[in-house]
Order: sequence, then C-alpha cells, then structure tokens
Amino acid sequence: MHIDIPLLLILIALCGIGLAVLYSASAESIFYVKRQATFMLIGLFAMIGIAQFQPRLWERWSIFIYICGLLSLVAVLFFGVGAKGAQRWLDLGVTRFQPSELMKIAVPMTLASYLGKRHLPPRFKHVSIGVIATLIPVLLVARQPDLGTSLIIFSSGFFALFLAGLGKRYLLSTALLAMAAVPTMWFYVMYDYQKQRVLTLLSPEQDKLGAGWNIMQSTTAIGSGGLSGKGWTQGTQSQLNFLPESHTDFIIAVLAEEFGLIGVLGMLALYLLLIGRCMIIALNAQSMFGRIMAGTISLTFFVYIFVNMGMVSGILPVVGAPLPFISYGGTAIVTLFLGFGILMAISTEPKRI
Amino acid sequence: MRDGAAFSDPARERFMFARRLLFTAVITVLLTALLIARYFDLQISRYEDFATQSNNNRVLVRPVAPSRGLIYDRNSKLIADNRPSYNLTIVPERSSDVDKLLADLGEVISISERDIQRFRKRLKQRRPFEKTNLRFNLSEEERATLAVNGHRLVGAETSARLKRFYPDGELFSHVVGYVGRINERETQTIEAVKYRGTDSIGKIGLEKFYEQKLLGDVGSEQVETNALGRVTRVLDKTGAVSGDNLTLYLDSQIQQVGHEAFKDKRGALVAIEIETGGVLAMISAPSYDPNLFVSGISQKNYDSLLYSPDRPLFDRAVRGQYPPGSTIKPLFGLTALQHNIVTPSYKIKDNGYFYFKGIERPWRDHNFARGGHGDGVDMAKAIIESCNIYFYGLGVKTGIDLLSDYGTQFGLGATTGIDLPGERPGIMPSRAWKKGARGQSWFNGDTINTSIGQGFMLATPLQLAVMSARIASRGEVLTPQLVKAINGQEQSLLKTQSDINISKKHWDYMHKAMQDVVHSNRGTARSISKGLTYRIAGKTGTAQAISIDAEDKYDSSKIAERQWDHALFIAFAPADDPKIAIGLIVENGEHGGSAAAPIARAVIDAYMQSTSSTTEINR
Repeated sequence: MHIDIPLLLILIALCGIGLAVLYSASAESIFYVKRQATFMLIGLFAMIGIAQFQPRLWERWSIFIYICGLLSLVAVLFFGVGAKGAQRWLDLGVTRFQPSELMKIAVPMTLASYLGKRHLPPRFKHVSIGVIATLIPVLLVARQPDLGTSLIIFSSGFFALFLAGLGKRYLLSTALLAMAAVPTMWFYVMYDYQKQRVLTLLSPEQDKLGAGWNIMQSTTAIGSGGLSGKGWTQGTQSQLNFLPESHTDFIIAVLAEEFGLIGVLGMLALYLLLIGRCMIIALNAQSMFGRIMAGTISLTFFVYIFVNMGMVSGILPVVGAPLPFISYGGTAIVTLFLGFGILMAISTEPKRI
Repeated sequence: MRDGAAFSDPARERFMFARRLLFTAVITVLLTALLIARYFDLQISRYEDFATQSNNNRVLVRPVAPSRGLIYDRNSKLIADNRPSYNLTIVPERSSDVDKLLADLGEVISISERDIQRFRKRLKQRRPFEKTNLRFNLSEEERATLAVNGHRLVGAETSARLKRFYPDGELFSHVVGYVGRINERETQTIEAVKYRGTDSIGKIGLEKFYEQKLLGDVGSEQVETNALGRVTRVLDKTGAVSGDNLTLYLDSQIQQVGHEAFKDKRGALVAIEIETGGVLAMISAPSYDPNLFVSGISQKNYDSLLYSPDRPLFDRAVRGQYPPGSTIKPLFGLTALQHNIVTPSYKIKDNGYFYFKGIERPWRDHNFARGGHGDGVDMAKAIIESCNIYFYGLGVKTGIDLLSDYGTQFGLGATTGIDLPGERPGIMPSRAWKKGARGQSWFNGDTINTSIGQGFMLATPLQLAVMSARIASRGEVLTPQLVKAINGQEQSLLKTQSDINISKKHWDYMHKAMQDVVHSNRGTARSISKGLTYRIAGKTGTAQAISIDAEDKYDSSKIAERQWDHALFIAFAPADDPKIAIGLIVENGEHGGSAAAPIARAVIDAYMQSTSSTTEINR
C-alpha cells in the first residue's frame, strides 16, 4: 500500500477536531456531524485510492482533467444553478457538481506537468502559457461570482510558476501589474457587494447592519475566548446565534471562543505540521512534476488557512473561504483529500536509480 | 533565486527548487506569526473588552428605519404621506414559551392562523433579539387591550412605525402606484441591508420607479441589553436618512377634474405641459384605492379588483395600446406636405369608396354616411371632417417608409421614456416590423389601413399626448416626465432625439385645420366650442375595437357595448400659443367628438383657470 503515515495521522487528527468544533458550532446537531463525517470518510478512501497510482499517471492525464474542468466551467456560465445570485453548480440530476472545485486541483496539476517537462527556469513562452492556463479559470470563476475560489486557483497557478523558478523580472512585473490591476478590478470587475466587503474591512463601523455586523460579532467571539476559552459547547456568542455562518466560513470564531488562544495555537500547529510534512515530500519527490505539484498543494493549503483566519479576525475582506477540514461543506473536503492523495502518491513513488 | 539561460542539469534544477521552497516556507512562518499576533491581540490584549461585551451584557445592533420620501404635486400638495401605524411584535428570546404567548395573545386580540404562519416564517430570517412582526395595523382599541394585559404578555410589545398613506385615494393610484409588503421574490433581489428597517417596497408606479430615491438610508443603534434582552443603554446611534422627496409636474386640480369627467367611463387621459414635457394629468379610469395595498390587501378585495371586467388595476395610460384611428391624420398630413406628395390645393372627389388597383373590394369610410364627403375634399377638409378616403390615397402616395419614419419621430412605436415602470411601446408598423413580427412582406393594403391609424398600428394614450405635444410645439421633441424636482432640485428636461424638421407654412396650415376641427361649424369636435374664451386645436378619432367587414356598415345597436368603437381625441391649447397638449381615449365611447372631446375640454378649462389664477396672484 502506498500510504504516507505521518500525513494520514495529521489529517485524521484535523478531521477529529473539525467534527468536534462542528458539533458545537451547529448547535449540537448530529445531522451536520454525520454528513460531514460521511464526506470525510469518502475523502479518506478517495485519497488512499489515488495514492495507489503512479504520479506519472496523473502527470499524463492532467491536461485532460484540466480541459474537462474548463468545459464544465463554461457550461456553468450558461446552464449553472446556484443561490443568492451566484451561479456555481452544474445539476447532474443525481447530484450537483461544482467545477470550480475540480479546477483547484486541475490547475496546479496541469502546470506542474507542463513546466516539469521543460528546462527550468521556464522561458517566456512557457511562462505565458502557464499564466494563460491559470487566468482563464480564474476569470470564469470570478464571474460566477466566487471570489474566494478564484483567489485559490490564482494562487495555485502562481505558486506552480514560482516554484518552477519564475525569473525575478517576471516577479517584479507581476507585482507592478497587480498594483495596476487593483483600480481596474475595483471599477470594472468587482460587484458592488464585493466592494462593500472591502470597504467594510477598512471601517466595519460604517456597515453595522450588514457585513460589518458579522465581523463585529466574530471578533467579539474570538476576543471573549481569552487564553483558554469558555469550554466546548459553552461559547455564548456562537450558541446564541450572534455569530453568522458559524458552522461554515466563520467556524474558527467558535473554536477561538470555546478553546481560547491555546486552541487556536494548537490548531495552527497541526496545520503547520501538515504543511511541513508536505514540503518534505516536495523536497524528496522523484520528478520535477512531483516537486512542483507537492509544493503548490502545500502552499495553496496555507492560503486557505491564512485567508479564512484573516477574514474572520478582521484583517482581510470577507471573500467566502472555508477553513480546511473544519468548516462544514462536503465538496470542499473531498477536493482537499484528492489533493493530498496525489501528494501521497508522490511521497511513496519508488526511488529511481 | 537566480535567472539565467536554460540549463538542464537535474541537480541544479533541484537545488533551485529547494531554495524557492525554503523561501516560501519562511514566508509561511512569517504570515502565521502575523495571524498569531492578531489572535493574541484579540484574545489576550483586548480580552477584557470583549469578555464584558459578550458575557454580562449583550451588545445588539438594531436598525433605525428611515422615513420614506414624500410625494407632492406641482403646487406642493401632499399626495403620498407617511402616517404612524402600530404593529404587534414579539422578541422570542424574552418569552419563556412562544407558543403559549401566541395563545394568550389570541385570547386578547384577534390573530388569524395566517398571521401565525407568516410570523413563523419571519422568525427564521431574523437576528437574535430582533422584534418580529405578528400583526399589523392595530386599532386603538387593540392597543389599549394589549397595554392592560401587558404584564402577562412578556415578550410581546406594540411598536410604532410609519406607514404610507395616500390622502387622495384613487385619484393618483395609477401614476403614483403604491408600496406593499416585501414578498419572497423581492427578498431575492433587494439589497437586504438597505431594507433592515422597513418591510415595505414600491410595487408599481412612481413608488417603484423611484424606489432607490424614496427609500432613504437605514440607520443603526447599538444598544446594550441585559440577559432578558431589555435595552439597558444606547451605546451609539447612527441616524437614519429620510428618502428624497419628489415634486411632480402633476396638478391635483386638473387631475381631479379629468378624473371626474370620466365618470363611469373606461379610458385614459394624459395631459402634457408643452414647454417642459412635464405630465400635468395622467388618468386611467376606472381606478382603485392604493391604500388597500399598503399593509396587505385581503384576498376578497384583491379578487374583486383583479376579476372586475372593468379592469381597474390596468394602467391604460401607459400600458393600454389602442389603434390611434383618425388622430393620426395630422401627423401623416404633415408628412405628405413636407415631402411635396400633396399640396394644400390638391383635391379629391369622395363618393364613400376607395378602390385600389388590383383589389376588387373597396375600402370605405365607416364613420360617414353613404355617399362620402362629396367633391373638392382638400387636406383641411379631410382633417376637419375626418375624411378617410382622402387619407387612403395620401397614404398610398406617401408610402409606408415615410409614414413610419415620421410616426417614429412623433413618438410612436417605441416607449416614450417616461419615468414609470412597465410602459408599452405600441406599434408603428413598417416593412421591417412586419417581416420580423409576422414573417410577411408589406402590402399596399397594409399602408391603406395604416394611413387612418388602423390595421397593425397601436399607440398608448401617453403616446397620443406626446404626439399631440410635438405637433403643438411645431416639432420640438421632449421626453415626458412626471418628476419635476427631487428634494427641491429641479430635474433637467430630457431630449432623446433631435427635433422634427417640417416647414413653418405646413405647421401653420395644420394648426389652422386642427383649430377648425373644434371651431368651424363642420368640425367633428364642434360641440365643445360652445362658450370657449380661448381656441383649442384638436383631432377626433374613432378606432375599431373589432374588425368590421368592408361591406358592412358599423351599427352600434347590433353589437355588444364592449365591442363598440373606441373614441379618441388629441388636442392642444391655446391654439395660437400652445401650453397644454392632451391625448385621450374613451373605451367603447363610439365617437371622438361626442365622448372624448368634452373630457379634454373640461381638463383644458381647468388648466386655463389655474394659469389665469396664478397670473392674478402674481399681479
């Protein structure tokens, strides 16, 4: 069996914590916990299944998966279903499928596969192709609109290029471009409600009845947790429903309120351990594909954590990003496990002599 | 990190990768430290603040409702007001047993099963400690009963809020519209935050069109409550900002006169101030009381409005589309004169039938005795006596392309752009239109029908008024508008297309002919000239509500009233210096001259009176 034991153990620990916090955050609902646990089990098996294939197989099939993902993203544009003005899912009759989730894996995999075959650092032509392959799904997802996922896909593309040795000139011009892009995004791309969230971050007092209220409630929940917290299922802010989205995007506030700073640090430590393990796998990988892929997955994973914990504590705008393995949400969890499955495959690939 | 030419040494590539990964690892640790610093700041440094906020007292943010903008007529008479109304609300957190509370309340005042159902639905969408409505519009008696029984109804309270009130009842309902409870479909589309303080939204009319202006900005109040949710002190307050007030071009008095002139007739009238394009009166009859809708209309009342054969809810002024009939003749006459297709001296002999080459059956003049208008019918006579035979020939000679072009310039076949929702465009037929809508080619027969405003042609009463205003102003094109000023700020006049180019002598000729429609003893509207101290120019029209075979004579006694012809009239006055233009229709009124023109006369009289009285005051 191709299994990376340290990785598996950390993931199981995270899932356990996730279920415990979810139980409290969902007002002690067994229903949510059962559903979440089911998805975790599906994810775990999928991960171990994927790990049994040679990384070379993923390397070869990546472009195919990427094209499928792209086509279904275009399909979402025309036939997608969704709620609250966002169109994110494809209705397949039996189940609903969110193509943007697939792209979170397909983009880094395709880029790693493409760049891994070239001489590194990549030349202008290869960088251009990589950038285009990233930006198409990023823009499609941003239009749904799903800023959170779009940001994740963008960072995975960027990390793949960066780890492949993207030259300093490119990095510098990217930085300049990003600065120029801010006003363009603001005036032409962002929706009013997205702008509102950024404004809310700058002065939450201005929007007490809307998004600012969420941030005020979540910071109060976090702050009132203190060093050691109020105890499991004892958080008043979350239990009295003051906290919005307490079982999805804002779940870290529940953990912070009930387990205090100690709980937060403990969870961060587990996350860092996971990322550390992934980086070691990246360093020891047998192929350039494996290195770039493993590195990208671990860095993207950190982006999730940083964006979520940053937004709930009020230092980043609210973009709708779940906290990996803790927030409620089936598809996202399975996607995460799929990524780690490929990592396991890379980690257990037989040494080439 | 280093740049450089491509190199293919795997070991060096690996080294480069390791350096890059290490770099990102350092960044990861730094960003983690930033997160830890933030959580440390919240949980350790500012712990005391947050703990007090969360533990002993709970801080709530409550919306403060803005008051909706008021609507005034041009003389500052209030036509949409806000009045206090009382609702019964419940804060479930304060009650130990909501079901028992509901039962207790039911013993004291009347609460229907439907009220409870809706209340439970609202409960799911609210925030903790937010007041949730159970009953609206409590009577004074109910409020008193609740106050007496207050001690055993913990968790329930009456709360006052402002409610829309339309003092003139049915007079302005189609123009101003009304507000009503926000329904589920609207919840999906509105910006929820803006509506935190209110449960009303503009449903139709100006109330809907200017919703964003009228709504105002919701305020908020940060209050501290005890464990039971009672407010102990107000920490911070951001006041609500009232919505913008609208001042309309409408004149209540003129509106009133027009409304009364319709009596029990069905129809619509629009009067436009020529200088500004402002709407002086806009009437759709019959009407209804908009106050019924404000806090939810009963199913019985709603059904009786909805299923009434008179269709009181239907806004005929901007949504009713009728064949314009002979009211179109001045427009087409001007078109033919301007393009030298006929001259004022051109005359025809009318024996009551119009034959067109290749078509056996003739077109005839349904509205005139057999035998026709006789010899020497020129354009003036064709306008004054409304001769169809003259215009059949004129239409064919001019051709549909020119007719359609000028029709469009005078405002037909497209929405006028008035500040009301749901305006209909009517139809100004053309070759392209028929190809697109019917998939057929244009025939000369179609042109003949169009030339007397029948066939495919449709116009709203608003479009008739706009056409009338453009004839009156000798081609000046203004977009009709209802709102004159927002918060006292005068709105600029709107022009969407360039003015119409027709020579002065043709305008003079047509204005004279239209005056003679009213003032000559052969004119079709001569009945309204009696006692006039000023001059009116006009044109009557009759439009078929059903199609009549060319050979049959129209005989009202043989047809049910609902199928009688519609009566139309366009007019402007004073004829030598036009100030007001009118378009109107009386459904199944039969004759423009007898059914429609008197209503126009009443409205114009009211207008002349109001302007002369203001001049007197100014003196």
